[in-house]
Formats: sequence, structure tokens, C-alpha cells
Amino acid sequence: MRSDVDTTSLRVGDEIPPLSTPPISRLTLALYAGASGDHNPIHVDLDFARYHGMNDVFAHGMLASAYLGRMLTNWLPQDALVSFGMRFVAISHVHDELSCSGRIAERFEEDGEHRARLELSVVNQHGEPKVVGDAVVRLGP
Amino acid sequence: MIDTDFIGFRLPVHTQLVDKGRLRFFAKAIGETNPVYLDEDSAKAAGWRSLPVPPTFLFCLDMERDNPYDYMVTLGIELGKVLHGEQQFSYHQVACAGDRLTFDSRITDIYQKKEGAMEFVVRDTAVVRETGEQKQEKVADLRSIIIIRHR
Repeated sequence: MRSDVDTTSLRVGDEIPPLSTPPISRLTLALYAGASGDHNPIHVDLDFARYHGMNDVFAHGMLASAYLGRMLTNWLPQDALVSFGMRFVAISHVHDELSCSGRIAERFEEDGEHRARLELSVVNQHGEPKVVGDAVVRLGP
Repeated sequence: MIDTDFIGFRLPVHTQLVDKGRLRFFAKAIGETNPVYLDEDSAKAAGWRSLPVPPTFLFCLDMERDNPYDYMVTLGIELGKVLHGEQQFSYHQVACAGDRLTFDSRITDIYQKKEGAMEFVVRDTAVVRETGEQKQEKVADLRSIIIIRHR
């Protein structure tokens, strides 16, 4: 697929264009539950969440992951993505405003291609880390 | 404690047809603005067969089986105690709307930390695209790690 990004000039340490998202609302969680097929009531049903010891419903980890995915596919076409991983280090709460960022951690050659390993993160409006991620992208032959 | 005999347990294999409307709904739910994921003409102009399945949506398609929490029931895990710990994707190709994708999952590890206060279940899923009679192409390999919190 076409890319508007000149990947040959990318250097270790370069930031990829970040993505900010609006505050998470209960509607965000309801829409994500429906669209993702993850109907776990802990994300949408306050009674269920409280019964299980949480103060409130909270966001699906994969919602923050989807935001990271948006950041990556805004930057490069999706077939550049070789792998994508994420660790959920803290729960994202209702009203959290998540921001995604990423930087090039390494450039290397693999399977006859130039590739880069990216370090990714999602933080809330207070800078608290929510997701730590990594990805490998192909930069070209 | 979860019985570690479940390591190797294979979940029922299932096949899902990727629905265009559902991809648009997902795009809306995650605030997507990139036209490639919203408009089929834009997707085709960018070289895709139809709307592409975005990077994390394979995880969602795997939840389209009859009961996405089936293995938690089998392993005796209470859903309200489950947190998603980690998720990994390795991609072989990008799937698109209209594709039929088959999901084949196994439990590959079960372990605990903090003297059993947290248990971990690792599940690996191979995703293939049905391309014809008895023909399949690899799409991706997924790894999910869930945490069961006891306190």
C-alpha cells in the first residue's frame, strides 16, 4: 500500500505523530462494548462492577489498544505492521483522556527488509501510564 | 487455583465472516477518522480489497463465538475477577471485509504470582483466511494473557 511517509530518513529516537482522544465517557464504553463484542458487564454495568469490588465501571484495555492502532495506521499503511503488542499497566477510568505516543527504538534488517521496532505508550491527562506497547514495522526493501 | 492440567486445552474452532457494517461500527466506537477504515471507495483507492480489518479487531472477531468467555467457564474463572494483562499480534496479512476467518485457540500456560493473589492464563490463537475449498492462508497469531485477581 502507498505511504506518504519517507521511511528511509527515520532515525532511532524519532517520534511518530501522536494521537490524542476525547475523555472516556460511559457512552464510549457502551459503544465499544457493542462494536468490539466484548460484553463483559464490568465495563458497562455499575452494579456488577461494584459487586466485584470496583468503584466504577472502567475501560476495556483493548479500547486503549485500538487508539494505539489508530496512531500506527494514521502514520503507515496497515500492511507495514509486522507485530503489535501491549501490556495493560493500569486501568483506564471513565473521564480519563488518553494520549498515544511512540518512538523509534531500533532499526534493523530482517527477512530482507528494513524494519523498525517502536516503543509505544498510552497515558492519561495526568501523565499516568496505562498501556506500554511495542510494534515492529517494515520500512521498505 | 486453576488446574494446570488445562494447559494444552483447545477451544472450539470457529469461523467468522467479516462484516462491513460491523467494521464501520467499530471505527465509530474508537473515533476513527482515517477514511480507509470508514469508506469502501477510499479503502479500494488505497489498494485494499474492501474495508481493512484494523490491527486490534482480530481480537474482537474471536469474541464472536457463541460464548466468548467459554474457556473461563471451563477453567472455573469468575468473569468479574478478570483483567486483561497483555495482548500480542503477529501479522501475516491484512484481512478485509468479506473475508471468512477461522480462529483456533489453545491455553498455553497457567501460572501465578504473589503467592496466588494473581493467576495468569495465556491463550494462543491462530487466525487463517478461508480462500477456497480446504485452502487457507495465515492472517495472524494472537496471544492473550488474562489476570485473575484474588483479594
